[in-house]
Amino acid sequence: MNGTEPAIVVRDLRKRYGVKQAVDGLDLTVDAGEIVAVLGPNGAGKTTTIEILEGYRRRDDGHVRVLGADPQTAGRAWRSRVGIVLQSANDLAEATVAELVRHFAQYYPDPRDADEVIDAVGLREKARTRVRQLSGGQRRRLDVALGIVGRPELLFLDEPTTGFDPEARRAFWDLVRGLRTDGTTILLTTHYLEEAEALADRVVVVRDGRVVAEGAPAELGGRAARQAVVRWSVDGTRHEERTETPTAVVTRLAATAGGEVAGLEVVRPTLEDVYLELIGGAHADDMVEIAG
Amino acid sequence: MTAPAAPATTLPGTLRLGVARSRLELRTYFRERDAVVFIFAYPVIMLAIFSTVFGQDGATVGPSPGIPFAQYFLPGMVATGVMLSSFQSLAISIAVERDEGGLKRLRGTPLPATSYFAGKVGQVLVSSLVQTALLLLVAAVLFSVPMPSTADAWGTFAWVFLLGTASGSVLGVAFSSVPRSGRSASAVVTPVVLVLQFISGVFFVFNDLPSWMQAVASVFPLKWMAQGMRSVFLPPAAEAFEVSGSWQHGATAAVLVAWLAVGLVVGTRTFRWTRRDDG
Repeated sequence: MNGTEPAIVVRDLRKRYGVKQAVDGLDLTVDAGEIVAVLGPNGAGKTTTIEILEGYRRRDDGHVRVLGADPQTAGRAWRSRVGIVLQSANDLAEATVAELVRHFAQYYPDPRDADEVIDAVGLREKARTRVRQLSGGQRRRLDVALGIVGRPELLFLDEPTTGFDPEARRAFWDLVRGLRTDGTTILLTTHYLEEAEALADRVVVVRDGRVVAEGAPAELGGRAARQAVVRWSVDGTRHEERTETPTAVVTRLAATAGGEVAGLEVVRPTLEDVYLELIGGAHADDMVEIAG
Repeated sequence: MTAPAAPATTLPGTLRLGVARSRLELRTYFRERDAVVFIFAYPVIMLAIFSTVFGQDGATVGPSPGIPFAQYFLPGMVATGVMLSSFQSLAISIAVERDEGGLKRLRGTPLPATSYFAGKVGQVLVSSLVQTALLLLVAAVLFSVPMPSTADAWGTFAWVFLLGTASGSVLGVAFSSVPRSGRSASAVVTPVVLVLQFISGVFFVFNDLPSWMQAVASVFPLKWMAQGMRSVFLPPAAEAFEVSGSWQHGATAAVLVAWLAVGLVVGTRTFRWTRRDDG
């Protein structure tokens, strides 16, 4: 592994389907060892971008380097360093979990131990069960097992926890954190903002085939988007103020009111609020309301 | 620009992975009971029905003393069985795998395409062998069909079987791109197979078919496989009943090799790892 070179470099990526410009000048850099979450509404170009990085689709234009190679022309050696968990698959019904994990392990030069992988995704009890009999969440965990059994340096997770119950999702997050500890670089797409918040070092928001914002989950959208909102009432009328210094505002209000401030609220936008503002744009005012 | 770092250890061999694929394919193939029962039982049931219906009251095919119907139909059923386990089985199963995302998953791993196809060939070879052995056993034990006793006849059986399986397999891979979805695969593939069976002398005595139908059938491999198998399982005197008056081994080999080549060329050009609506 090369510690200095980024795992993924994308510059001015473009891909068009018919009249739709699915990816429209997208830039992205993922450093080795980083977990990056790509967020965006359906049709924003997330999956197209990921599948170009995975080598499934050809780009129209732009520069792409994944683990130092062009995915469009990269060969087996490159594939053995990349793990891919696709969005949905319904295959392999008749084989058992253990058979599949052991079988896929054979494809790689330096695989993880199959039983350890089965344990890690929480399928030990189901190791001898045929895939046909697994629940949706269990199937998804098998997908992850098959994606990581080759000990990938770079792992793509496309909406990995869709259909998980909260407990399974938390177990999955622990698994991903464990992979990070092992040094795996992870590019993740998700619809769940709390998932991005829990896992990602950096969040990239994609809209209309372009990156509209990126940063650590706690800093996404910049300082303005993160400003606290103070709300209060005077004689039944609601007032609100966006501020960097909510404590000072509350102190001032308290001095003015000479005691309790009626209907006092101090609200900080969640990642979800910031995200919705970024992808919605026009509805920024509504978002502040929802934040309350 | 830097070259990708060399992997820590060498990649597993293509042949070894082909064997591993074969094992997984066979294991899962034999677990799909309904499909296996259909593919395995179909030629046996057809042999039983046709030889019973046509062979009532000891009727035979050809001039006296004639050939019992069970013996006459056996070669066609062997050919049909090979076609079912190669062409039909692969055309349907690959179409379904593509539709379900299984091929896309494999494409994302370092598994070489050659190993994937080698796995399919291994699965087809083993399942056709088991199926043919079962059919021959039933024919010999239940219908008293005499088995060939010369090494020559078994030699012919071997090359017709292998060429038939090989061309059926590559054509199955090529045809797997025709159905639009996994769900429609059966409905698209089965009629092709059925029509070929009717016009290729599997269910009827080939000589009795109209000559235009014989001409159409002669374009496709099943007629030649059936004819090649007749040269194995029918007495030498039956050669005279053939439309051409000969077993035409040379032509049989030529047609099967031609279809093998066509299947390879078309198959490698049209094969896709993903659905049509996916990229």
